[in-house]
Amino acid sequence: MKTFNYHSAKDVKEASKLASSSSAFLAGGMTTIPSMKLGLATYKNIIDIKGIKKLSGIKVSGKAVTIGATTKHAEVANSKEIKKAIPSLAALAEGIGDPQVRNRGTIGGSIANNDPAADYPSACIALNAVIHTNSRKIDAEKFFKGMFETVLKSGEIIEAIEFQVPQKSNYQKFPNPASRYAIVGVYVAKHKNGINVAVTGAKSCVYNDKDLAKTLSSNFSAASINNVRVSSSGMNSDIHASAEYRANMVKVFAKKAVEAC
Amino acid sequence: MASLVGSRVERKEDKRFLTGKGRYTSDINIANQTYAVFIRSPHARAKIKKIDTSKALKASGVVDILTGEHIAKDKIGGLIAGWAIRSEDGSEMKCPPNPPLAKDNANFVGDPVAVVFAETLDEAKTAAELVKVDYKVLKAVSNLADTMNSEAIHEGIDKNLCYDWLLGDRQKVKEAFDKADKIIKLDIINNRLIPNAMEPRACVVDYNTASEEITCYTTSQNPHLSRLIMSAFGGVAPENKLRVVAPDVGGGFGSKINLYNEEIVCSWASKKIERPIKWVAERTESFLTDTHGRDHITHAELAVTNDGKFLGFKNETIANLGAYARVFGTVTPTYLFGPCATGVYVMPAAYSNVKAVYTNTAPVDAYRGAGRPEATYTIERIVDKAATELGMDPIEIRMKNFPTEFPFKQTLVHQVDSGDYAAGLNKAKEMADYDGFAARKKASESKGKLRGIGVTTYFEACGIAPSPVVMMLGCGVGLWESAEVRFNPTGQVTVYTGSHSHGQSHQTTFAQITADELGVPIENIDIVHGDTDKGTFGMGTYGSRSLTVGGIAIVNACKKIITKGKKIAAKMLEASEEDVEFKNGEFVVAKSNKKKTIGEVAFASYLPGVRDEVKSPLPEGEEPGLVESSFFDPANFSFPAGSHICEVEIDPETGDVKLDKYTAVDDFGTIVNPLIVEGQVHGGLAQGIGQALHENAQYDESGQLITASYMDYTMPRADNFPEFNIGFTCTKATTNPLGVKGCGEAGTIAATPTVMNAVINALGGEEISLPATAEKVWKACKSAKKTDAKAA
Ligand SMILES: Cc1cc2nc3c(=O)[nH]c(=O)nc-3n(C[C@H](O)[C@H](O)[C@H](O)COP(=O)(O)OP(=O)(O)OC[C@H]3O[C@@H](n4cnc5c(N)ncnc54)[C@H](O)[C@@H]3O)c2cc1C
Repeated sequence: MKTFNYHSAKDVKEASKLASSSSAFLAGGMTTIPSMKLGLATYKNIIDIKGIKKLSGIKVSGKAVTIGATTKHAEVANSKEIKKAIPSLAALAEGIGDPQVRNRGTIGGSIANNDPAADYPSACIALNAVIHTNSRKIDAEKFFKGMFETVLKSGEIIEAIEFQVPQKSNYQKFPNPASRYAIVGVYVAKHKNGINVAVTGAKSCVYNDKDLAKTLSSNFSAASINNVRVSSSGMNSDIHASAEYRANMVKVFAKKAVEAC
Repeated sequence: MASLVGSRVERKEDKRFLTGKGRYTSDINIANQTYAVFIRSPHARAKIKKIDTSKALKASGVVDILTGEHIAKDKIGGLIAGWAIRSEDGSEMKCPPNPPLAKDNANFVGDPVAVVFAETLDEAKTAAELVKVDYKVLKAVSNLADTMNSEAIHEGIDKNLCYDWLLGDRQKVKEAFDKADKIIKLDIINNRLIPNAMEPRACVVDYNTASEEITCYTTSQNPHLSRLIMSAFGGVAPENKLRVVAPDVGGGFGSKINLYNEEIVCSWASKKIERPIKWVAERTESFLTDTHGRDHITHAELAVTNDGKFLGFKNETIANLGAYARVFGTVTPTYLFGPCATGVYVMPAAYSNVKAVYTNTAPVDAYRGAGRPEATYTIERIVDKAATELGMDPIEIRMKNFPTEFPFKQTLVHQVDSGDYAAGLNKAKEMADYDGFAARKKASESKGKLRGIGVTTYFEACGIAPSPVVMMLGCGVGLWESAEVRFNPTGQVTVYTGSHSHGQSHQTTFAQITADELGVPIENIDIVHGDTDKGTFGMGTYGSRSLTVGGIAIVNACKKIITKGKKIAAKMLEASEEDVEFKNGEFVVAKSNKKKTIGEVAFASYLPGVRDEVKSPLPEGEEPGLVESSFFDPANFSFPAGSHICEVEIDPETGDVKLDKYTAVDDFGTIVNPLIVEGQVHGGLAQGIGQALHENAQYDESGQLITASYMDYTMPRADNFPEFNIGFTCTKATTNPLGVKGCGEAGTIAATPTVMNAVINALGGEEISLPATAEKVWKACKSAKKTDAKAA
């Protein structure tokens, strides 16, 4: 690891001001620190945002669950309120990494990083999330741009993620046997105003599978998915899973999610 | 005092390890130490044209930078193969030089080419990035199947072939095959594994400029052997000026048998730069440079009669040695593999033919089980296939071919002293509720799942001794073991052993056997190991040999203590030696109440006199003190055996294999501590199951290791395993006084074929290669379905 300057920001404004093209925010550090240690990333400035009180915490109303950016996975997993409002979201958090990762990693870090195999991005899409930053509100559908890419600008800080409480929902993940990230993860959510089938792990970026959503809109059952053809084109292929396999797993896990809804 | 052998004594090591008080190599720091960072080839095969260190040498904190040129100039020798193997045509094996720092050619990704020493680790890393190595990249040889048709990696080693070895009789096999009703054929790949000891390799070296002594603390399974190789072959220093200490070591599994480049380089350089040196591998370095395991391609054939009798077996294997031949690298695919490939069966004729080849990959060496897992996988898979093709039950076909009399002359090398294979299989069958399988299969099917059952019966040859036999087979050293037992004047006992514990709990097991021999409470017994300055020369721990060889050396040294103690006690008790009996820690004169405790005798032996009188408790000519040593060389290998049965449930939609039940019944002869033995079985099973379902080291075409981190290399985790159902049978070993057999590798040896037999059984006989990952199983499910549909 190369030497760097460490700043502990007292508020969002200071954190944002310190940011540059050679800096990173430090939330859980579960992505940033390993990449620095492996020499994959080097930063001049590390801006710790963990001390900013405003960024952490869970608020639940009848219609929405709002989670502060530096809220840890374990806090989401164990939140009684979230378990009641959107049980699938707490369950998703419970399935991230291992206890060490869940006790450090944060929701803001996870979606800012937008790993193609991360779990939370699918929740954002499925649950019509709005990403609140220090300068604007962004709809999840527009937030995730591509592999490890979001629309966040330099110095822009995620403050909170606001999820719409669905009528029913479920997330099913086929974990990578080695890393336990998602080989395929499918988040199905039925809202009053429509159905989302968010898929992570399968392609270079999370996406809403419109075909599956459409099928489920007319018939919300696992059986209806049998007739949908999921194409393997554009799907990831690696030593753990070929594109063809992933395409099939999208279908299988969509069915599992619908069954568990 | 009740006997401790056989009881579940809690581990003496627990407190130290469970409270973080272990002292590992990287915990050691020496004042004024420098930090080493190795510069490694990023290419699998390359010519080293030039190394420019000029800029790096000027970087902050740099003490020195050394390369292969310096090694050559100082005539420092390289790493060696410990066993010489001859080809079928009588020619000697071919081994390339393996200098500690590659000078002309780098032969695998991770091969070290230079080393930086600096005041801090950060400075060393920064400087390492400034070292410019000019490589001419060559086409890598990384595909095992094509190796012999590829360009030669090493000068003078045609076809990349180290040897083409044969054990057995081709003519007899041919005759047996001619008589067969049916020939069962099987092609398998025994996948490459990375041992992944929890503690990465490390060394800390201290050179004393006044005494000219080098002390090397290191992560080794056998510090004396490391010293011997470093001295005799490396020429680093004479043995008396070299101390090798292996303190607490966090797992080895064979990967810490070898003396490695880093230990030679740091020991030699410490003297050169006159500074202590610390080097600790990063996890990536462990993945890239620890010796790997397995990696065979095998074609096997079994000749059978229609009623399931075995007539003959042949095994044609290509074994990957990696870039260089290391300590057990050449013997693992030959004498540790070939003889066991006929399994626990009466096999009238057999041969094993192994071609060992070099590739541009990390060196392959012994990994838990070493050769015997590969052998057991081969035979147990083909026996299952035979059962399927003959329409027989897998237990029935095995029972039919077991030997019924012991000693059993196994086809190729071994004379197995004791065993009862049918007893083990019957017990496993009962514990696993084999007969209830059909009902469980039905239940799975009603949930849309597939269920399979797998059986393995195995024996293995471990202990890896006696010396005259292993040396006859090509081993460069004798494989005895040593022990020294010392009484302190006040009655406690210190045992020095040449074995090394890196997770095996010798402190407990060895103390138990000592307590039984000497009648001293276990709390008063300490086991010392792992330091060439303490105790006699020892051969170390691998091949499940610690108890069967090292433990017996302790027993024999204890027996010598008793012999001497008896003489002293007789004199003290004014009785004749023949009338003194030793029992429960006391020397008792027959038919009297005269006795001395062993503590009293020890005390007297160190303080042999009394006030106001010239009188000694020591008989005429007897020396003071109570210290004895022993070198034990057993009469034969040790032959544990057993039967494992498991069940898997497969989700055909995803191909996910759930290991549902696992039963292991092993015969380890006398069991000293069931708690520890069960732990050894658990760990072994985890690694064997890991090979079957999870682990797979993969290189791409250019020789890059693409599974060089835990993001890609699947280490099994606790939630991958069911509760293990463990049982034992016992036929005592006849070749040692305790009747013990090795238990360290059995789980690994048996588990892989057991799980694969179950998976293939679930798939209705559809062949699938190791490891049975979800996608492969899913594909097999689909093709099995197609065949079913066609058949229907
Ligand atoms: C062993 C291991 C296993 C894992 N398994 C999983 C898994 O199964 N599923 C899964 O989804 N993830 C997994 N992860 C990733 C984990 O969830 C990380 O915590 C997450 O990706 C990053 O969150 P963080 O808080 O640690 O972010 P950090 O590492 O601190 O930061 C990551 C990036 O996000 C930026 N950032 C952080 N916070 C903000 C903010 N508020 N506003 C703007 N930018 C910000 C930083 O600048 C940085 O670039 C795993 C990680 C590890 C180490």
